[in-house]
Amino acid sequence: MRFRAKAPLGVWGLMNNILQLVWLIPVLPLLGFLINGLGRKQVSKTMAGVIGSGTVFLSFLISVFVFFSVKSGNSQVVHYFHFININALNIGFDFQIDQLSSIFLLIITGVGLLIHVYSTAYMHDEEPKDFAKYFAYLNLFVFSMLLLVMGGNFVIMFIGWEGVGLCSYLLIGFWFKNTNYNIAAKKAFVMNRIGDLGFLLAVFWLIAKLGTADYHSVFANVASLSTSDITGITLLLFVGAMGKSAQIPLYTWLPDAMAGPTPVSALIHAATMVTAGIYMIARSNVLYTMAPLTQSIVAVVGLSTAILAATIALKQNDIKKVLAYSTVSQLGYMFLALGVGAYTGAVFHVMTHAFFKALLFLGAGSVIHAMSGEQDIRNMGGLKKYMSITHITFLLACLAIAGMPPFSGFFSKDEILAAAFAKNPLLWAVGVGGALMTAFYMFRLYAMTFLGKFRGTHEQEHHLHESPKAITIPLIILAILSVVGGLIGIPEIFMHGGHQLEAFLAPVFAQSNAIAVKHHLSHSTEYLLMGISVSLALIALVYAWRKFSKYQKTDTEETGLGKLMENKWYVDELYDAIIVKPVQTIANYFSSIVEKKGIDGFVNGIGKAVNYSSRHIRLIQSGQVGTYVLLMVLGILILFIIQLFL
Amino acid sequence: MRGLGRQNYMEIKWYIGLAVALFCTGIVGVLTRRNSIIIFMCIELMLNAVNLLLVAFSKMHAATALGLSNPNIVSDAQIFVFFIMVVAAAEVSVGLAIIVMLYRNTRSVDVNFLNRLKN
Repeated sequence: MRFRAKAPLGVWGLMNNILQLVWLIPVLPLLGFLINGLGRKQVSKTMAGVIGSGTVFLSFLISVFVFFSVKSGNSQVVHYFHFININALNIGFDFQIDQLSSIFLLIITGVGLLIHVYSTAYMHDEEPKDFAKYFAYLNLFVFSMLLLVMGGNFVIMFIGWEGVGLCSYLLIGFWFKNTNYNIAAKKAFVMNRIGDLGFLLAVFWLIAKLGTADYHSVFANVASLSTSDITGITLLLFVGAMGKSAQIPLYTWLPDAMAGPTPVSALIHAATMVTAGIYMIARSNVLYTMAPLTQSIVAVVGLSTAILAATIALKQNDIKKVLAYSTVSQLGYMFLALGVGAYTGAVFHVMTHAFFKALLFLGAGSVIHAMSGEQDIRNMGGLKKYMSITHITFLLACLAIAGMPPFSGFFSKDEILAAAFAKNPLLWAVGVGGALMTAFYMFRLYAMTFLGKFRGTHEQEHHLHESPKAITIPLIILAILSVVGGLIGIPEIFMHGGHQLEAFLAPVFAQSNAIAVKHHLSHSTEYLLMGISVSLALIALVYAWRKFSKYQKTDTEETGLGKLMENKWYVDELYDAIIVKPVQTIANYFSSIVEKKGIDGFVNGIGKAVNYSSRHIRLIQSGQVGTYVLLMVLGILILFIIQLFL
Repeated sequence: MRGLGRQNYMEIKWYIGLAVALFCTGIVGVLTRRNSIIIFMCIELMLNAVNLLLVAFSKMHAATALGLSNPNIVSDAQIFVFFIMVVAAAEVSVGLAIIVMLYRNTRSVDVNFLNRLKN
């Protein structure tokens, strides 16, 4: 689309032409990044906060307009310039503005805005220079994430994909003076790289087969691909999603990523970046629908991740670690949804999860702030009476994630489980087991943090306070969204035409829905499934509440299964033993033997040989003219002989 | 094989033989003598041996190409060699100047004294 120089006619004129302004959505945070990043020594804290939040706020405003514009049926691909143009391959710098990307735009800029505002209070103890740097990174992240979802082809998406990985690395290692945090950042980066390689190979494969990476052309020509091609491409794409969205076997970086500041955990490692994998698969839903094998793998991997992470979360004592494993588990549910073909359900869960998980993290940040950096829930307790807003919002978020009706998590999780049941009742049964554990560990966390008696030191107790407005207002907004967010996806059985999200997203998934075999559940089955999962979750909830509200600190060590879970099934140790250690051994061998003796020996050997021989050969240069002439004649003779006889 | 006496021109081999003899004399002189003036003369000898060969070959070439049995034709190389000799004369003056300077410095024309250029 060409940028027309027509002046917008008021707000409604602006709304009609809003698609001309979509480039501003990513450019504004980029501007914020440049100002805060380059001028980090000049800008004051207030300035940095205002620039950081303000640019995201403007992006959010435009996103809202774009959303309504798309809702009125105005979605299109906006072409800006040729990005790569070689021979027949033509990759444009395009933005795809449609239902799916506009939903993600709202989530990213909306939740991003709240977290920026929150950060102005949370990071207030930093030096002005670091404060500005923090906002610069955060803005760069928002920019990359927007690029990721707005890109009109896989290549532009990949730029954003790499950008968010970089920002994740920078922000996990934000407090880089702590070596452990640096190690966590490196781990996240390396694991993401593994996934990125898969993504990249898939894109190459696509380009090799179809000669294009544009979503439109790829999905239009999908029929010309062989089944093995599609399966290979989708599997490789899924490897990319595994890395970015922390699925088995590449999930271990996410819990370690909690080393970053808490708002970062909320924004990057809960609400947005980790959902990039879900976005990518939802975007390429046509390919996945054509590859049933990949779909089954996605479903199984997602479900196993959901269960494994949930069991680990049961025994964690670090408030952020519990939430991290819970995030991994919820991402697993989203992949389950993608695997069973419930793309709307996955996007729905991304959205509700963004609300309640960001809220949980921000609430946890508020608690950590009040506890002066303490993160161990065994040393908390009874915070209810000190921090009422944090307490209530946290409770609402817990109810939402546990899937209690009518909170948002109930609708999205129920949709996923119903779709899983339609595919295979076994998937449903395991999924309900995970939901039960979710309710249990969330209320264990809630009860140990907010109920019972305070178990920390007197100094901490004296310091306890409710957080400032910049922290509580985002909490309240997110709490409202967590409560009512599910209402855009009311299942058909409760209200006819209640699932507005499905209707809204229908054009994006139309092609898949036409191919896929539809399973329809009868209404009674659906009620039954809902009843079972909710009542089981409720039992787990009440049990955890009763058990942990009277929690007393004990010194007894966990044994058996509990110890296994507390130590995360020793997966990190396993990876360490089978991957890290051997690689290090090989690296040591190469550095001490091959590098030192082989390569260094060769290079130094050449130097030594030249040195030695020249020391001797220089003696020929005696200054005797006769010798020179003789050598000259001999040389000429040799040349003659070579010329004549050889 | 026809002898020299029955012909009014020389076969090419005699030219070659003379040129080789001159050239070898030059080389041996350069290699064995220490007097720089004699070395210089020997170099000139070599140069002129080559000049001779050039003229001889050129004329033979021209005669063969034109198919004349008793040619008094003028070949290009005859002109060419005049140029070479003129340039060589200029070069001789430079060389002699160097030898004069050598003599002034060492009171001798022995090239072995030239190794003092070292250091």
